[in-house]
Amino acid sequence: MAESKQRLEIVTPQKKVFNEDVNFVVIPGELGELGILPNHAPLMTSLKIGEVRIQMDGNTTRMAISGGFAEIVKNKVTILADTAERPEDIDFERAERAKERAEKRLADKSADIDFIRAEMALKRAINRLRMKQ
Amino acid sequence: MSSLRDLRRRVKSIKSTQQITKAMKAVSAAKMRKAQEFSLAARPYAKKLAGVLGRVASVTKEVKHPLLNVREPKKVVFLVITADGGLCGGFNSNTIRYAVSNMKDMPEVSMVCVGRKSRDFFRKRDYNILEQYVGLGDNIGIAQAREIAQFIIDKYSSTEVDAVYLVYSEFVNVLIQRPTMLKLLPAEPPQEGDAQKCEFKVDYIFEPSPEEVMNTILPKYITNSIYQGLLETKAGLYSARMTAMDNATKNAADMIDSLTLSINKARQAAITTEISEIVGGAAALE
Repeated sequence: MAESKQRLEIVTPQKKVFNEDVNFVVIPGELGELGILPNHAPLMTSLKIGEVRIQMDGNTTRMAISGGFAEIVKNKVTILADTAERPEDIDFERAERAKERAEKRLADKSADIDFIRAEMALKRAINRLRMKQ
Repeated sequence: MSSLRDLRRRVKSIKSTQQITKAMKAVSAAKMRKAQEFSLAARPYAKKLAGVLGRVASVTKEVKHPLLNVREPKKVVFLVITADGGLCGGFNSNTIRYAVSNMKDMPEVSMVCVGRKSRDFFRKRDYNILEQYVGLGDNIGIAQAREIAQFIIDKYSSTEVDAVYLVYSEFVNVLIQRPTMLKLLPAEPPQEGDAQKCEFKVDYIFEPSPEEVMNTILPKYITNSIYQGLLETKAGLYSARMTAMDNATKNAADMIDSLTLSINKARQAAITTEISEIVGGAAALE
């Protein structure tokens, strides 16, 4: 019989953020969002900055992650993320400030700035702010 | 024999030293607990990352990646992580000695020094220091590790160096810190343990492609190895310092004991002399 649940682990360099059995999880893959149901085929994907949605017994939990990768093997989803935060743990004021800072740097074309880095910072900030809604 | 006053003065000075070492021990113990927590919290990620990398590498043997290229090691970099501060017994010098002994049969060695002790040692001996990172503070962040990792990845990709080794003190427990060496580049995916070997070989779907996935995992693996090294060094430093300060406090107590004994003896001797002088004087009067 197919199992209706799969184990989901979300780990960051700082700590293990999440470790529970879930019904369904959506992850922000490099090529677009992936919905993972139990007994998925082995998969390895890099992740973008984005949102992980977890469905567990009818409840949906959201989490902001900023890049990393995911491994799915034997009914177990392992997300190795650079950061992973629940909406209630996000410091929105800080994200707002980070967003402004990044926008300013990107607008300032003359300066000798690390364009990619500023863009990534902006993406992370926007991703965090999106969790507010 | 030193005078009574000299002895008293010495006891006083040792007592104040003892107070300092006692305080440092307490501070180190508190900081160690925190550092230890961090380094233990970081382990699941490191373990998972190594596991994933090992599994991926075993199914993607044909994948070419600049960080996996093995070149003849002509120019070797040693990344030596020590603490910034001393007062911790042989903690820093053990790591440095271990690094130096491993350098012996390497061709051209240059250094990347993390921590003041490592930098001072290698600078004084005229090693070729490519880069140095000192004063990282007590709050080690992954960003600091990323900076160091980026530096060595750039050097490796531009073929300026052919191999990179990481040397740091592994935090085994409060009493034991063991210097270890790890080959960072060319990256050698960890061999899977026996337990995992009997599992079936996983035939992954790679998204977007095996190369792309390797591209994300490898730099993360290197960054994380350095991060782990930084954390373990921090935890090791404080536990080594705690032990050293504990010993210092005990030694101070021993010295105080023996000096107190000398003081008492000297005092007794003085009293005895005085009594015999009085008795002698009285006898002379009779």
